[in-house]
Amino acid sequence: MTTDTLTIEERSRQRLATIEASLAGRHARERRFRRMGLGAVVTGMGLVLILFISILMRGVPAFWQATFYLDVHFDPEVIQVDEKPVRESGESASAFRERELAWMSRVGLVNWQQIIDEALKAELGEIEARQTRDLRALITSGERHALRDRFIEDPSLLGETVRLKMLASANVDVWLKGNIDRSLPDRQQQLSAQTREWADELYARGVITNAFSTALFLNTDSRSSLASAGLAGAFMGSLFMMLVVIVLSVPIGVASAIYLEEFAPKNRITDLIEININNLAAVPSIVFGLLGAAIFIGYLGLPLSAPLVGGLVLTLMTLPTIIIATRASLRSIPGSIRQAALGIGASRVQTVFHHVLPLALPGILTGSILGVAQALGETAPLLLIGMNAFVANVPGTPLEQSTALPVQIYLWQGNELRNFFEARTSAAIIVLLGLMLSLNALAIWLRKRFETRW
Amino acid sequence: MNNLALIAILLIVMALAYQVGLTRSRTVATDGVRLHSRPGYYGMLVALWCGLPAFALLLLWSLAGTSLVELLVVRQLPPEIATLGERELSTFLRRVSALAADRAVSGTPSETELAAAAHMASLQTLGRMITIAAMAVAAVAGLVLARGRISPQLRARNQVERVITIALALCSGVAILTTVGIVLSMVGEAMNFFRFISPAEFFFGTTWNPRFSTSGDTGQGEFGLLPLLWGTLMVSAIALLVAVPLGLMTAIYMAEYAPAWLRNVAKPVIEVLAGIPTIVYGFFALIVIGPFLSDLGDLVGISIRTTSALTAGLVMGIMIIPFVSSLSDDIITQVPKALRDGALGLGATKSETIRQVVLPAALPGIVGAFLLAASRAIGETMIVVLAAGNNPVLHANPFEAVSTITVTIVNQLTGDMDFASPQSLVAFALGLTLFVITLGLNVIALVVVRRYRQQYE
Repeated sequence: MTTDTLTIEERSRQRLATIEASLAGRHARERRFRRMGLGAVVTGMGLVLILFISILMRGVPAFWQATFYLDVHFDPEVIQVDEKPVRESGESASAFRERELAWMSRVGLVNWQQIIDEALKAELGEIEARQTRDLRALITSGERHALRDRFIEDPSLLGETVRLKMLASANVDVWLKGNIDRSLPDRQQQLSAQTREWADELYARGVITNAFSTALFLNTDSRSSLASAGLAGAFMGSLFMMLVVIVLSVPIGVASAIYLEEFAPKNRITDLIEININNLAAVPSIVFGLLGAAIFIGYLGLPLSAPLVGGLVLTLMTLPTIIIATRASLRSIPGSIRQAALGIGASRVQTVFHHVLPLALPGILTGSILGVAQALGETAPLLLIGMNAFVANVPGTPLEQSTALPVQIYLWQGNELRNFFEARTSAAIIVLLGLMLSLNALAIWLRKRFETRW
Repeated sequence: MNNLALIAILLIVMALAYQVGLTRSRTVATDGVRLHSRPGYYGMLVALWCGLPAFALLLLWSLAGTSLVELLVVRQLPPEIATLGERELSTFLRRVSALAADRAVSGTPSETELAAAAHMASLQTLGRMITIAAMAVAAVAGLVLARGRISPQLRARNQVERVITIALALCSGVAILTTVGIVLSMVGEAMNFFRFISPAEFFFGTTWNPRFSTSGDTGQGEFGLLPLLWGTLMVSAIALLVAVPLGLMTAIYMAEYAPAWLRNVAKPVIEVLAGIPTIVYGFFALIVIGPFLSDLGDLVGISIRTTSALTAGLVMGIMIIPFVSSLSDDIITQVPKALRDGALGLGATKSETIRQVVLPAALPGIVGAFLLAASRAIGETMIVVLAAGNNPVLHANPFEAVSTITVTIVNQLTGDMDFASPQSLVAFALGLTLFVITLGLNVIALVVVRRYRQQYE
């Protein structure tokens, strides 16, 4: 009732008062909202920072492994083999190869373990026979093969004493790095009390040191000699797959993008293809794995675990990404470029290939690199086409059995020797992330370097 | 000679044909006669005429050769083998082709097998020789024919360009083929699965126990989808609860408040984060978040398993934050500036403008972004494989282990590729379900986003 009697002036003053009274609250809400936004950014970044730090903290130490420096005596008493065959004049290559292989297999029969045992005994003094097991737990079993290979390479070592680097076994590495609770009772320790004592003693004397190990990069996966399990096989597998992806998905993707963006008539079929591509981009990757299992392996009969099949599956998966990126890049080229080319008599194909495409190239390259990086990190579809099999060789062709970097990570994280493989897996993740981040950085740099604002 | 070598030779011949066409067109063009196209196009035309038919022949042989040879071999077989059942015959043929290719077979091959293998090997060699001869003829004939057709009036450029356009169109057909392949393989194998288990049992069953059951007399195991679907939805819901508020607030801050330098730094960083492989997030969940949540649970007195719906959902949420934020960012920046200016001009604070003007205007687009995020969460595999615990039981406790559709696909289909048992075929039925769910979400999302775009274009 009162409002009716108020003058206009009074009313506006009253309104102003209400507004001013509410102003403090509104500004507080503004600040709160802003802080929430900043909080979200900080939380998101913080979580990712935690991810990186926790993986780096676990993974970086794994690049250094407990390593023995031992004087190894190539004892002629133990290594009783004849001279390495030399190719005689007039001997055919295959006959020589046969003799050489026979010699190699004789070398393989030598008791290399004994050589290593003797080298250890030289450090530790004589031991009782029942302690041999404890002694052999010190050095990883792959080293005797490494010793054999070294001898095959250089037979003049016979009778010599050489100082060699040998990887300690995974359990010794875990023990010395303190990755296992040292106060646990004997029953729960992986190593016997004797072995642990020796390891500590040798570590104190500097026979075992924590040295940078190339095993992670140069060896393949191993089941018997865990300490020397490496990524070489997985790396080659991934490399082959990426080659297949680059050779297939980049040309096909770019070609379809060019067609859809520059040539396709606006009709139902084109619409269908467009919707199709957008949907394919969002299909879960595991579905592509099922497709690969059913079509490439079940129907076409391609071999299981082959990088070729993995590459084909990943090609189909990355295709939409590359098409969408290329189309966006083509679309950003202004129409005036096309009109100018058409105006001086170029055909449509000439316009596209001589003028539009070169200008769009940086964008296409960026999109393709991002697509390939995405394919490099994909795991799920590869599990369905058998790439999670254990493979002890470096694949020589895309049709041989192989695994891939992300799959190797998956396999290692499931290894029973958690104390050792948690760090090993993190190290593998660091390698994978390093590769992917460099690809991403390259893509971002390319875009920044060649970015044109029309 | 393998196919790669043949293709390499063909490419070399095509390069020669190009030269032939080029030279020919230049000779034709003497005496001031103007060619219709530039000489290079005549070269390309000759090269195409020379290469394409030969290549088509090679493709034909690679696709149909094996079945043709098998057909001929079967015809020559003694009657007692030729009348075998389909299954035995295909086993027989597999052994024979292994023998023909000098690969080892189990057991000692029989007399008939050896004879058939020799026959097959000779047929293969013959077929190969014929193909190579036909290719050579086709290449030479194409070259000569095309060279003869070269004249100043020949519209070489138009013909070459037509071939290029057709090739481009064929490439864009690969996307369609992929979809068709997905649908056909899923539906086909899922149908095989439904021969063992009725669809009703699959879609409405509440027990998941695919092992051969020892007690029941059916011996099939139980394949109820609901526990898996429930697990999937639970994990995805937790993920969205984490990702949507954080992602949206990040996007709002980035689009409306952040200074330019922060945007320039943060945008690439977010993009890189979106590229981290999911296996890495899974490992992170397993070794950091899981134990952390478990300890936290002990602290407040609730039992949280290390691998649980919560662990997986939380980490999956972290994974899709960049996805949600970059999609929402795009959408928020698309809202016309006039709307903002209007609200600010009326005296609204910035946050009021955002909440009452910008967000409602962007709502359809943001909803679309959430749907896309949801479909990504539902289809995510590695995080849940590592961190959800694989416990396919219907329960509503997020602190307990669950199993999801994707985890089960991996569990059922790794190992041997025996497409005959319901245990492995169920993976395709699950895959089909997953495909349909994500497809539905995507279609809705795309429609919503497209509507929204049109509104402001």
